[in-house]
Amino acid sequence: MFPFNFEWIWDMSHLVFMGGLWFALNILGLGMTYCIIKAAIDTSKGKGGEHS
Amino acid sequence: MDSALIPKGVNRCPLSELILKLGPVVAVLLWGVVAMFMCWIKGLNQTNMNDSYGFALWIWADLTVIALGGGAFFTGLLRYIIGKDKLKNIINFAVLIGFICYSSALLILAIDIGQPLRGWFIFWHANVHSMLTEVAFCLTCYFMVLTIEYLPLILENRQIDRLPFFHNLSHNMHEIMAVFAATGAFLSFFHQGSLGGVAGVLFGRPFAFREGIFIWPWTFFLFTWSAAACGPCFTIMLLKITERITRKKLVKDDVVDLLAKIAGWMLTTYIIAKIIDTWYWAMVTAPSLGFELTDFYSNNPFYGMWILILEIVVCGIIPSIILISKKGRSNPVSFMTAVVLAVLGACVNRWAMVLQVMAAPVLTFEGWPMYYPSWQEVATTLLPVAYGIILVALSYRYLPVFPQEVELNPVESEDQGGKAKKAALSGAEVSPARA
Repeated sequence: MFPFNFEWIWDMSHLVFMGGLWFALNILGLGMTYCIIKAAIDTSKGKGGEHS
Repeated sequence: MDSALIPKGVNRCPLSELILKLGPVVAVLLWGVVAMFMCWIKGLNQTNMNDSYGFALWIWADLTVIALGGGAFFTGLLRYIIGKDKLKNIINFAVLIGFICYSSALLILAIDIGQPLRGWFIFWHANVHSMLTEVAFCLTCYFMVLTIEYLPLILENRQIDRLPFFHNLSHNMHEIMAVFAATGAFLSFFHQGSLGGVAGVLFGRPFAFREGIFIWPWTFFLFTWSAAACGPCFTIMLLKITERITRKKLVKDDVVDLLAKIAGWMLTTYIIAKIIDTWYWAMVTAPSLGFELTDFYSNNPFYGMWILILEIVVCGIIPSIILISKKGRSNPVSFMTAVVLAVLGACVNRWAMVLQVMAAPVLTFEGWPMYYPSWQEVATTLLPVAYGIILVALSYRYLPVFPQEVELNPVESEDQGGKAKKAALSGAEVSPARA
């Protein structure tokens, strides 16, 4: 649920519940994005090749 | 046939032997899958749930696997946040068990909601006044965390690791694993607690109702506490079973001893809190609502006073005394007894907080309704067990789950192997094969 959905109400319950969910999803998403992008950069620089 | 996929330096049985041994487990899995599709196609009339038992075997199994899967978050917290570095030798296995437990919990929920195609409603049309909404959010997010924690282990498979991108990805994920572990601990604290909170806020069910702090009843904290205490015991129990089946020592004794000692102290403090909670509930909370302790127990086979004694004394006080004493932990028989009792204690606690809550009569004209699960419920509850066994077997075979395995079970000539093994078992600190 997002603030632009008709069910949304600007109250503490919605902010805490949905804010907590987005916060957790953002940490996981950003963490994985960082790992994937860094892995792609490292691979393009030839790192990790010694394991092949 | 599959030797190229097996980690270097370890022995595994032939593939044909593995397939043969897993045959009966696959049969149970298929039985569960048939029952699962019956529930989805024909509906929840395939179960024996009724107006008295809206929560039944599935929810008990759900709460139990979530509690026992707590070993993953607590071991991760100890390893990555508190810095108990020694636990790096068991964290992979703890994550694997946690992954199995939480995927099983989600699978059971997918069957239990009856219409899995509407499963997304809880995210989009969230009831923000329900503790179960928070449980659904945290459970889903924490399963993502466990998947992220399990993924590097898969990427370390001998063949996958040869690809530079996956090798780098695995390395990078290890580097920031503390962030994921901290997120996991945060999520676990709340969903473990909220599962207890669901029971504690039921003011119409005096067997479950508890007072507490702000919006959180005492059961909120007790559930998290018990998961942190009994989860590691479940990890240790399964480790010992795996060692027995594989006839190998997979983790050094000092690592297991450390985890068991911490779990023992968690269990001790938990059981003290639980006794205080039970005493206050029996003496103050329940009488204030017009009930006596004996009103909540019956002579029937499921809900007698024995359940309280079993949970607190047999599965609480006894294992905690054993686990906090060095002598108790060093004796293999008493150690395994304590670990099994602690696991059983979590199962009994969840049984009481799910099924006994439903059964205990609230009105004067009510009796004790009984509930016997249908075969479809039993089959779908055994389905995750079979799935877990298969995943543990495959992970053990193809992934470096146990960093100390190579050191403890050297594949060398007889003389060299014997010397190395003796040195390893004597507790000599050698760096693990894979950190």
